[in-house]
Amino acid sequence: MAMTEVAKRPGPAPPRRFNRDAVENRLFAVLRVLVIIALLIVTLFPFYYMVLLSVRPLDRALQDPGALWVGLSELDLGSYVSVLAAPDAGGQGFLQFMTNSVIVALGTVVLTLLIALPGAYAVSRLDFFGRRQISVLFLAVYLFPAILLAVPLFVFFTQIGLRGSLVGLLIVYVSQILAVSIYMLRNYFDTVPVSLEQAAALDGCSRLGVLRRISLPLAMPAIMANALFVFMIAWNEFLFALLFLVEDRDRWTVSLGLSQLAGSIEIPTTVLMAGSVIVTIPIIVIFFASEKLLTEGLTAGAEKG
Amino acid sequence: MTAPPIDPTTQPRRVSGPGREGGRGPTLARANARAGLALISPTLIIVLVMVVLPILWTVLLAFQQLRLLNLRSAGLFGNFTLDNFADVFTSPDFWGTLGTTLVYAVLGTASAIGIGLIAALALRRRFFGRNLVRAAMLLPYVAPIVAVTFAWSTMLNPQFGVANYWGTRLLGWDEPIAFLSQRSSEVSIFGLTFGIPTALLTVIAFEAWRSFPFAFLFLTARLQAVPATLEQAARVDGATPTQRFRYVLLPQLLPTIAVLSVLRFIWTFNSFDDIYLLTGGGAGTEVISVSVFNTLTARGDIGGASAQALVLAAILAVLIGLYLWRFAPREEQS
Repeated sequence: MAMTEVAKRPGPAPPRRFNRDAVENRLFAVLRVLVIIALLIVTLFPFYYMVLLSVRPLDRALQDPGALWVGLSELDLGSYVSVLAAPDAGGQGFLQFMTNSVIVALGTVVLTLLIALPGAYAVSRLDFFGRRQISVLFLAVYLFPAILLAVPLFVFFTQIGLRGSLVGLLIVYVSQILAVSIYMLRNYFDTVPVSLEQAAALDGCSRLGVLRRISLPLAMPAIMANALFVFMIAWNEFLFALLFLVEDRDRWTVSLGLSQLAGSIEIPTTVLMAGSVIVTIPIIVIFFASEKLLTEGLTAGAEKG
Repeated sequence: MTAPPIDPTTQPRRVSGPGREGGRGPTLARANARAGLALISPTLIIVLVMVVLPILWTVLLAFQQLRLLNLRSAGLFGNFTLDNFADVFTSPDFWGTLGTTLVYAVLGTASAIGIGLIAALALRRRFFGRNLVRAAMLLPYVAPIVAVTFAWSTMLNPQFGVANYWGTRLLGWDEPIAFLSQRSSEVSIFGLTFGIPTALLTVIAFEAWRSFPFAFLFLTARLQAVPATLEQAARVDGATPTQRFRYVLLPQLLPTIAVLSVLRFIWTFNSFDDIYLLTGGGAGTEVISVSVFNTLTARGDIGGASAQALVLAAILAVLIGLYLWRFAPREEQS
């Protein structure tokens, strides 16, 4: 809170024995620092702990579970080797899981953008029948429990034999992400001045030409941010991966793989922690790369309250 | 999924298109309408086929005695029956599950928004490294759910978890606490002993940790839009920090908090991943989503799972409807 700035009051303040304003200012100045430190510790500690356990040897981690740092002599990257190696080589096969996840996530990104870009442009620019209702429909989709969709999709994909395939999962992801993607992209398209498009249209550009030469290049940073956002959702997704792919280990995504292996007793916790770090790192990298664009895109409507 | 489609402004957007500047006749407008429909139709088709139809199909499934085993031979229409719903409503488990879901959703939402508000206020004033701190605050929300639940359950592990290690040494716990597998524990304060639902409170704490960044993000955005003159005026009038918060900031934030409450409540009420990954629904933490999942996969009871999922959606719809009916008009005034 902006409360420690010394208020410039007009005129001399009446002298009082107990000045509530001064007391509160001092109190909140202290509280603010404490709150920030506490929040930082609480949010970051689980991530720190993840990294910490992943670089300690198992026996040390079991003997001394309370250690909050790792000595250089103790540093051991064996967990990473073990988690990435193929099952034939005695590892957990995370490389295979990561390949699956990358395939599904990239496929979702490409397909979502191919479908959402024209859709978002239409919702932002073109006045067609039912345009307003569509936003409401998309919003409503999000209020339904995912588990409600899970039952029929599970049954449907079992019947047509696509359950257990990455393609089936990809289609489900696209259908789930499309609405948000269109919502974000529409916000960006709304910020592209219409006059630019009109000028291009006057110069004889066709509608597709306008879209390709004017609107898309201007919205490019936004499209990149949206692509990264879709990638993050697809990479993190768990429920549908669990429902669709659990029977075939070769097809597990990295989230599913980690959750399935976490249930087994034979695999050392340190190795699974290395797996957690591997799952998390791409997300953190992407997040810091796109954080500003993403948060602006998501909260675009929020300032109005 | 977890993405937040927030658009509290459902008022019609200003129509603006190359062909909308008046007087150019209806043909361009008609061409625009056609192009618009053509561009949106792939989206519409996918959403209809993959979202709307499945929801309708769930309704059909809920009225049939369908099991996973005889799925391949089953058609769209079978013998319709109300048995699934009778099972749901007469089962004592269901009412317990519903209660757990409500407690989880209400407390999870309230604590996430509370912490988010405190964080947004604490980080309001500029300081060195604020942007980095803000980004760090968002990490719990974006990190893969599987990884963070695994880190949490390891931290809270009674044998080799770091929480119990320091808890027994520094905080004087008599014995390690099984945070995620203990239904309730006795706590005595001032000689009064009462039981608290350990595992349920732990998953609520996780939910608060996981989703406070979402509230933080939106409240921060709203705080930035509060005109500085309001607070300056209040300060000139001699309002203290708490008074400025109570009478200047809070009224500005309330509409955002209301929208956040609805959204967070919906998502927490529906949430599956967190609890499934932390406790598997054991130790008194089974929420309806987890129960639907178990009915579907462990028991292979498609009809029962559909009926539960429908009841879940119906209860949610009623709660949201009540909320909007009761509070929506007032928000518009403020």
